[in-house]
Amino acid sequence: MAAHLKKRVYEEFTKVVQQQQEEIATKKLRLTKPSKSAALHIDLCKATSPADALQYLLQFARKPVEAESVEGVVRILLEHYYKENDPSVRLKIASLLGLLSKTAGFSPDCIMDDAINILQNEKSHQVLAQLLDTLLAIGTKLPENQAIQMRLVDVACKHLTDTSHGVRNKCLQLLGNLGSLEKSVTKDGEGLAVRDVQKIIGDYFSDQDPRVRTAAIKAMLQLHERGLKLHQTIYNQACKLLSDDYEQVRSAAVQLIWVVSQLYPESIVPIPSSNEEIRLVDDAFGKICHMVSDGSWVVRVQAAKLLGSMEQVSSHFLEQTLDKKLMSDLRRKRTAHERAKELYSSGEFSTGRKWGDDAPKEEIDTGAVNLIESGACGAFVHGLEDEMYEVRIAAVEALCMLAQSSPSFAEKCLDFLVDMFNDEIEEVRLQSIHTMRKISNNITLREDQLDTVLAVLEDSSRDIREALHELLCCTNVSTKEGIHLALVELLKNLTKYPTDRDSIWKCLKFLGSRHPTLVLPLVPELLSTHPFFDTAEPDMDDPAYIAVLVLIFNAAKTCPTMPALFSDHTFRHYAYLRDSLSHLVPALRLPGRKLVSSAVSPSIMPHEDPSHQFLQQSLERVYSLQHLDPQGTQELLELTIRDLQRLGELQSELAGVADFSATYLRCQLLLIKALQEKLWNVAAPLYLKQSDLASAAAKQIMEETYKMEFMYSGVENKQVVIIHHMRLQAKALQLIVTARTTRGVDPLFGMCEKFLQEVDFFQRCFIADLPHLQDSFVDKLLDLMPRLMTSKPVEVVKILQTMLRQSTFLHLPLPEQIHKASATIIEPAGESDNPLRFTSGLVVALDVDATLEHVQDPQSTVKVQVLYPDGQAQMIHPKPADFRNPGPGRHRLITQVYLSHTAWTEPCQVEVRLLLAYNSSSRIPKSPWIEGGEVSPQVETSIEGTIPFSKSVKVYIMPKPARR
Amino acid sequence: MPEIRVTPLGAGQDVGRSCILVSIAGKNVMLDCGMHMGFNDDRRFPDFSYITRSGRLTDFLDCVIISHFHLDHCGALPYFSEMVGYDGPIYMTHPTQAICPILLEDYRKIAVDKKGEANFFTSQMIKDCMKKVVAVHLHQTVQVDDELEIKAYYAGHVLGAAMFQIKVGSESVVYTGDYNMTPDRHLGAAWIDRCRPNLLITESTYATTIRDSKRCRERDFLKKVHEAVERGGKVLIPVFALGRAQELCILLETFWERMNLKAPIYFSTGLTEKANHYYKLFITWTNQKIRKTFVQRNMFEFKHIKAFDRAFADNPGPMVVFATPGMLHAGQSLQIFRKWAGNEKNMVIMPGYCVQGTVGHKILSGQRKLEMEGRQVLEVKMQVEYMSFSAHADAKGIMQLVGQVEPEGVLLVHGEAKKMEFLKQKIEQELRVSCYMPANGETVTLPTSPSIPVGISLGLLKREMAQGLLPDAKKPRLLHGTLIMKDSNFRLVSSEQALKELGLAEHQLRFTCRVHLHDPRKEQETALRVYSHLKSVLKDHCVQHLPDGSVTVESILIQAAAHSEDPGTKVLLVSWTYQDEELGSYLTSLLKKGLPQAPS
Repeated sequence: MAAHLKKRVYEEFTKVVQQQQEEIATKKLRLTKPSKSAALHIDLCKATSPADALQYLLQFARKPVEAESVEGVVRILLEHYYKENDPSVRLKIASLLGLLSKTAGFSPDCIMDDAINILQNEKSHQVLAQLLDTLLAIGTKLPENQAIQMRLVDVACKHLTDTSHGVRNKCLQLLGNLGSLEKSVTKDGEGLAVRDVQKIIGDYFSDQDPRVRTAAIKAMLQLHERGLKLHQTIYNQACKLLSDDYEQVRSAAVQLIWVVSQLYPESIVPIPSSNEEIRLVDDAFGKICHMVSDGSWVVRVQAAKLLGSMEQVSSHFLEQTLDKKLMSDLRRKRTAHERAKELYSSGEFSTGRKWGDDAPKEEIDTGAVNLIESGACGAFVHGLEDEMYEVRIAAVEALCMLAQSSPSFAEKCLDFLVDMFNDEIEEVRLQSIHTMRKISNNITLREDQLDTVLAVLEDSSRDIREALHELLCCTNVSTKEGIHLALVELLKNLTKYPTDRDSIWKCLKFLGSRHPTLVLPLVPELLSTHPFFDTAEPDMDDPAYIAVLVLIFNAAKTCPTMPALFSDHTFRHYAYLRDSLSHLVPALRLPGRKLVSSAVSPSIMPHEDPSHQFLQQSLERVYSLQHLDPQGTQELLELTIRDLQRLGELQSELAGVADFSATYLRCQLLLIKALQEKLWNVAAPLYLKQSDLASAAAKQIMEETYKMEFMYSGVENKQVVIIHHMRLQAKALQLIVTARTTRGVDPLFGMCEKFLQEVDFFQRCFIADLPHLQDSFVDKLLDLMPRLMTSKPVEVVKILQTMLRQSTFLHLPLPEQIHKASATIIEPAGESDNPLRFTSGLVVALDVDATLEHVQDPQSTVKVQVLYPDGQAQMIHPKPADFRNPGPGRHRLITQVYLSHTAWTEPCQVEVRLLLAYNSSSRIPKSPWIEGGEVSPQVETSIEGTIPFSKSVKVYIMPKPARR
Repeated sequence: MPEIRVTPLGAGQDVGRSCILVSIAGKNVMLDCGMHMGFNDDRRFPDFSYITRSGRLTDFLDCVIISHFHLDHCGALPYFSEMVGYDGPIYMTHPTQAICPILLEDYRKIAVDKKGEANFFTSQMIKDCMKKVVAVHLHQTVQVDDELEIKAYYAGHVLGAAMFQIKVGSESVVYTGDYNMTPDRHLGAAWIDRCRPNLLITESTYATTIRDSKRCRERDFLKKVHEAVERGGKVLIPVFALGRAQELCILLETFWERMNLKAPIYFSTGLTEKANHYYKLFITWTNQKIRKTFVQRNMFEFKHIKAFDRAFADNPGPMVVFATPGMLHAGQSLQIFRKWAGNEKNMVIMPGYCVQGTVGHKILSGQRKLEMEGRQVLEVKMQVEYMSFSAHADAKGIMQLVGQVEPEGVLLVHGEAKKMEFLKQKIEQELRVSCYMPANGETVTLPTSPSIPVGISLGLLKREMAQGLLPDAKKPRLLHGTLIMKDSNFRLVSSEQALKELGLAEHQLRFTCRVHLHDPRKEQETALRVYSHLKSVLKDHCVQHLPDGSVTVESILIQAAAHSEDPGTKVLLVSWTYQDEELGSYLTSLLKKGLPQAPS
């Protein structure tokens, strides 16, 4: 289109033969658009002073410009640019040119010449920088055009010697984004010399302005990101920059070194001042480690983060990071960790240390001690005790990543991680617990370490405790004393914080099933059985006793000798718990009893699970039987829906799929039912009442489709198409029903147009998927689209109606992994009889604690709704920080909801529930113009609708009138 | 020759009595004015008579800088200013200014009231002395006079500890005082920018130690206290009032908070309470966590730590008590210790070093039966623990700071000579920086080469810029110009302008040189050969053969003439102007080597 318009600009001296149809299209556009450029032109001509002109331009920038009129606007802007003397106006014009060239659907190659042209005559440095920015925008818009890129690179090289840092910055940015190394371009590059972009950028590593140095490094990184292989020679240059005076330079240099080390891990570099050589990645690792003790915390964070991703580093280098090479008074000293380990391995326990216990032993040769050049030495020790918690978190994360790739390192870093459990900032503690959990399959905790870990169980923060429970779920403990210790501490935790009950039980379940042999010798003690005497039967409702039983039963599952140690009441309790807490107590093979649960044990499960087969079969049955008579179809659908729902309840892992398909079938069923209505056969005036069912069906289908689209995680594009298709059908149904029930044609016009827009939108969004929708409603609809556009509403309705009836039932492909979003409100529990009293008009804070499962991006979608008895509803947006992420697919919302109301005479219940907000327009890509302009981002946050997805909880509250 | 002179009056190869004299560009500055803990006679204060044999100190010293409030850095201040007599400014940070008089007063009380010393400074003297103090903020550049300026940097160590940069013109010295490179529970790590001073004067208490991570120690400490409290025992922690005490308090306070513990923690009253008050006030001097959270809650407003009363010691149940003094030699801590020593459930934790002869030292070295006054024998059944918490930089930290500052020289003070030796060697080896460690009274002289600013005319700068295009900012560039010194300011201008300004005519200076060449051919031919030779060698210069038979290279003229006596030898006359000296001398040397054998 742009090219076409370009022709129009030079229409006077070119003859263009155009097809009639196209002519109409352009005419239509011209009817609405040219006002924009014309208005701008008039405005700019009117402007008497630069300030005026600037105002006009600013106003102009607030409104988006369509792709078709960009060209005209650009011409006017350029024209004005040549005339303008004031640099600030030129600057604005230059920035507008950049913005305009980003407009989708506009090809900016036509304005490039002009832009380069004005660049050559420009004197102001700021305007120059802005123009280069514009060129960058143009260049990135045309990634295919090599000649243009070459030309732009040329321009950038020319301006690199500018005295202003801003211009040099932009030039380097341009080089970074557009420069290439490929030699093949030269032949059509007509006289443009091949430039070694890396060399040019590299020269600016030693620029006098730190901003330019930073820009040069960033440009180099940009080259790397674009897939160009950086030369190894850059490594030495970058190393020099590590001692730069400016933190942003150092920070960028660290990144560059990291990049090079990933590119050439195995090449050999010499160690200065010695003849030795080491691998580049090791050298880089040492250098980055050194930066962990940099003066600026920004650099420290950067360095600590990058350390984590250097996996190829040799293990002895890696292990050095944890060793500070302690010495005291020139004698080698062992770390507290080493001492603890020795104490442990010698079988002694620390009985309170004597003074001088840590007295250093061996003498150190003074010459051999190296105080700074020791490279990696103790980098993590420094990082973990840094002043800024950002650095500490980064260090913990890096430890985690390195430990995941190296088991021996995992073993070594354990002590340090355990120490971090004592950090002053909760975030750091939490992070280190999570880290420990992630590497837990690589490690086995020693008893003294376990001791420290368990000490944290008394932490008053719930997050910390639960994270620790999670950690204990997957830790390996080495001894039976360890298990005992863990159990004792967990029980202590249980008495101190009874709310942790569920989490502790779950933790013990895993602890038991992981360590059956360690639990076995503990059983008599734990159950307090006696070889000769019967002991008193413990209280069955005691959570602590249940906790012990959970541990034992789970251990007994893989340890058949254990049940022999149980006393009678234990078996009774087993039967009770197996029923009441079936998720915690596994089925046991008990002597003299038949197996309580069915024979399906997970270990002998065939890979094609029968329930999954059943699901597949029942769905296939539905899809294949679509040509049955309506009555039969309905019955089959109803039957299948029932089956699926039951299946979902039985098999939790299939619940998502089953529910999802059931919902889809329900939509279909509703649609069929609605179309079966008698109303279609009766004359219009008679069925006013009955149409309720059809319109209700349409409404319900809409709701269900929103649920399908937004409540399930793992929905792929192919499902979204089907869902949208279903919604389109519902909309069509709605249109038809309205057409039938309302009198007069006027309201129909609007509805029809809206519907056609929806169809158009559907087509635009899912153009790639249309081939899959053969024979469907939308397929037919699109065939008839030209006709529909021109038809009258009544006809449209008629066509729709027949099409809706003829349309076939689309097969819904099942996604791999699908889970229904669900939420459970843990707190408030809604059982309290004591109303929450507060003075009316003031606020009261209600703690809300909920677990969310399979919610994507809960920070923006999950809302809390409060329903007051008078029907007033209030929606509350929790803060992003209120969401925690304890595990994959799970989230935890802990927030405070502020309630307020005018006085009541009696305490009353308010309902609290969670909503899932959705916005279906979020799929539409945003235009760059809006991003760049001053339009507020309200569009993105707007909520189209909400789906309740948790049970509502009733809270008793009592606003009292204020006392005067 | 300009130089920097440094003379330690105290703390030279020693710990205690920090007092260092620095002369820099004609300014005299005294860094710290401390007392020595180990002496009770005249040696406890620095020998101020060294500074000026006679005459007033005020005339000689431009200013005094106090780095932090520890007595070995500020203890001699009232003596110095009031009794010896100094009226100039004394610089210190705000927290130091606030806390310093409390400690001085306490020190005075012990010396005068307890030991009965006469001729000691009085309370009034402390007050008068503090009136001379000028408080500075971190990173604030204070202009002491027209030339001398000082700037404070954060040093960790204790509340308000600072490092100072002393600068005169382009010469500067950085004095660290005591500092800590690893943050602790209430203070951050020392930080200084890369100011590249001529000299860095650093403490070196832990010159030969690389310390273990702080976390292990903290964890051990907390675990021990927790265990003791859980089994119902009482924990006694003898501390000195300031510094470590606050760190331990914060540590325990947060632990109590986290673990929801209920056992009471007490803090002995008096001096400490006042000090805590200042910690509460100077929140900006603490670490990140405390600074960030004080809006919700000031960490020094302890929830669990309450003031101690004598009667509480007999209360049943577990408790933790912080009591002064730290070495169990007297006072409240000893009283409590005597009460609790008999019970094996109880525990005493010594958080620091104990001097020989104190009860603290005895129990730490394992003595279980103590002889108290009045022939009483006290049997110690309680557990005795030692935990070292120290806030000095270790060897690695010192090296790190030196690396951060990038000084030309390092001077070590505040440490033992033997240990300094090691560090000195390391600094010289690894950082390639000269290092000094003078003893008390010994003077180190450091020659400096101060840079002198010269103004350059824009025209000249632009002209020279235009000649070289490559940006190599860090390399020196040769520049031709004329330096004009007039009324003690310097300007660099182009020679034309200089001539014009001075009203002088330009003189041409030409060098001529004769080169003998053995060449039997005619002059013209020789000239031609010279021409072709030069043309081939000097590719990027303009070489011309003029019609009169002479050859020019740029502005250098070469003429060939026959030798008057020997016709077989030709004489080449080379003549160049002073400006082309480089090329001219190169040409002569080239010609002296002879011409290549012509292809005949």
